[in-house]
Amino acid sequence: MMEKVSRVKRNVNTQSVFHQFLKNIRRDKLAMVGVILLVFFVFVAIFANSLAPHGARDRHYNEARKIRRLEPPSLAHPFGTTDVGRDIFSQVILGTKTALTVGVLAAILVTAVGSVVGIVAGYYGGVVDVIIMRVVDFFYAIPFIPFVIVLAAVTKPSMWNIILAVSMLSWRTVARLVRSQVLSISKRPYIKAGRVAGASDLRLMFKYILPNVVPLILLEMAFMVNWAITAEASIAFLGFGDPNVPSWGQILHIASSTGNARVAWWWVLAPGMAIVLLLMSIFFVARALEEVVDPRLRRR
Amino acid sequence: MFGYVLKRLLIMVLMIVLVSTMIFFLFRVMPGDPTAFLVDPSITPEARAQMLSRYGLDKGLWDQYLIFMKDLARLEFGSSYFYNRPVLQIIGEKLPATLILMFSAMALAYLIGVLFGAWMAWRRGSRLETGGIVFVLFFRSAPTFWVGLMAIILFSAGLGWFPAQGMRTVGTPSGSFAQMFLNWDFLHHLILPSIVAALYFMATPLLVMRNSMLEVLSEDYVEMAHAKGIKPRKVLFRHAARNALLPVVTSGALFIGSAIGGQVLIEVVFSWPGLGREIVTAVTRRDYPLAQACFIIISTTVMVMNLVADLLYAALDPRISYKALKG
Repeated sequence: MMEKVSRVKRNVNTQSVFHQFLKNIRRDKLAMVGVILLVFFVFVAIFANSLAPHGARDRHYNEARKIRRLEPPSLAHPFGTTDVGRDIFSQVILGTKTALTVGVLAAILVTAVGSVVGIVAGYYGGVVDVIIMRVVDFFYAIPFIPFVIVLAAVTKPSMWNIILAVSMLSWRTVARLVRSQVLSISKRPYIKAGRVAGASDLRLMFKYILPNVVPLILLEMAFMVNWAITAEASIAFLGFGDPNVPSWGQILHIASSTGNARVAWWWVLAPGMAIVLLLMSIFFVARALEEVVDPRLRRR
Repeated sequence: MFGYVLKRLLIMVLMIVLVSTMIFFLFRVMPGDPTAFLVDPSITPEARAQMLSRYGLDKGLWDQYLIFMKDLARLEFGSSYFYNRPVLQIIGEKLPATLILMFSAMALAYLIGVLFGAWMAWRRGSRLETGGIVFVLFFRSAPTFWVGLMAIILFSAGLGWFPAQGMRTVGTPSGSFAQMFLNWDFLHHLILPSIVAALYFMATPLLVMRNSMLEVLSEDYVEMAHAKGIKPRKVLFRHAARNALLPVVTSGALFIGSAIGGQVLIEVVFSWPGLGREIVTAVTRRDYPLAQACFIIISTTVMVMNLVADLLYAALDPRISYKALKG
């Protein structure tokens, strides 16, 4: 009997989350703007190679066969050119792909590890919990950017290593949040009922508890996408990124290290605005999700 | 209270040892030969071996680690390969610049964040609130280094209001502490980087304050205050905001870790001669002793600030006792 009740409850819960989320998006104008922008960015990222009019490293010459050095935005080059005549518009488009790849992959890795660790710690409690939380504390004591710089320098500069570096230090946040949620969920009567009915620990953790923390996990995932994109851009800006993969941070790194950032505003403005718009669109979508997770935030 | 602090300090020492161990081994697996920077490649093999033994680089990894830990216990970080001076001396020079920039940015961020967050909760659902949210999310989304670059383009290169880099005009005396930090020239250099950093830091206190205010505003005593006919502004700041402040203080703890990352980027953009910029250049120069010492100092700072925030939490909220913190 209890088993049945709990199953019904679970299904309703998972369904209503999605429902509520869609309803929030329809009602919240900012969330709607976020969805549209996000779809746009994903589209650009997927078709980046065909959308970019030029290669990232192509040099462009004017009619007098001279390099188009540091030209402000024009029709031929909507975001202007760099000091060696490269098309910034194409670089920004190609960078979209890198940003979204790093963001999505790192976020999936981080939330997967963080959720499993959090559920295990919260479900078993006791010694397991204490040990896991000490490990989490250890990772909290490591300053993020300095560590990622060191790691990026230790390993060969590549996109995959940046994903790895970001993931290594970010799962702790998810683990901590999921754990505290699981702590309260595992005290609910239907968990006890499930245990009495003979459900195994694994079944209890992933069939009974997990569905209840899914909204929280999704929300954290959205924040982690942003976090990873910012981290990747920061590392590339500091010059520890992969020199062969065009990215927004790298564009800014070159603008700044060649000493042109102060004058060539178009060179700085375009990639930066791309980061801002992408992250804001994700924040707006996440806000609609946040209201599902925390009903107190709902509009009156 | 005393027991709790002692226990926390012990854990902190253990954490420092663990973090230092991790960083030691990380630097040792780094590609690139540190001796290439130290020693002229054209030097004779004998002279090279002599240099290596002078820096202890000819010993095995385990021996190097033991020496490193022993030195750490004595707060002896060795000398920098690049500067050829004691690491501690270099850090001592860089640390004040970092701390001053960080604290002025944080003070600014918390002041704006708390006031603006309370105001946004108060104006919930209005157009102004939506505008406020877009404003805050803009600066939360914008990478600090990019805001810094844009600020330099606008206010230094464009309008010429503020210097674009460093913390003093070239040629001014730089001997004593007062000559370096206690003057208008330094303040003039401080304004732009600290505003840029504050814009980035601001989001956390602001959003936490807003959410906490929303919670407090639905409490009975706020309604009671309204019913008594107290002026709305007085209700906002005297009754509601005071009680909403608590989570803002504690959120500071978790946020310090990420704040230091932002600090590194700000220092690089503004060529601010602090610890953050030093760690970036030290890593690129493969200057192990300096880079690992910077890293250890930065993580220790994070841990100390976390502890302070926890203690502050207990001191501010009578509902939290040290016993509860232990659990």
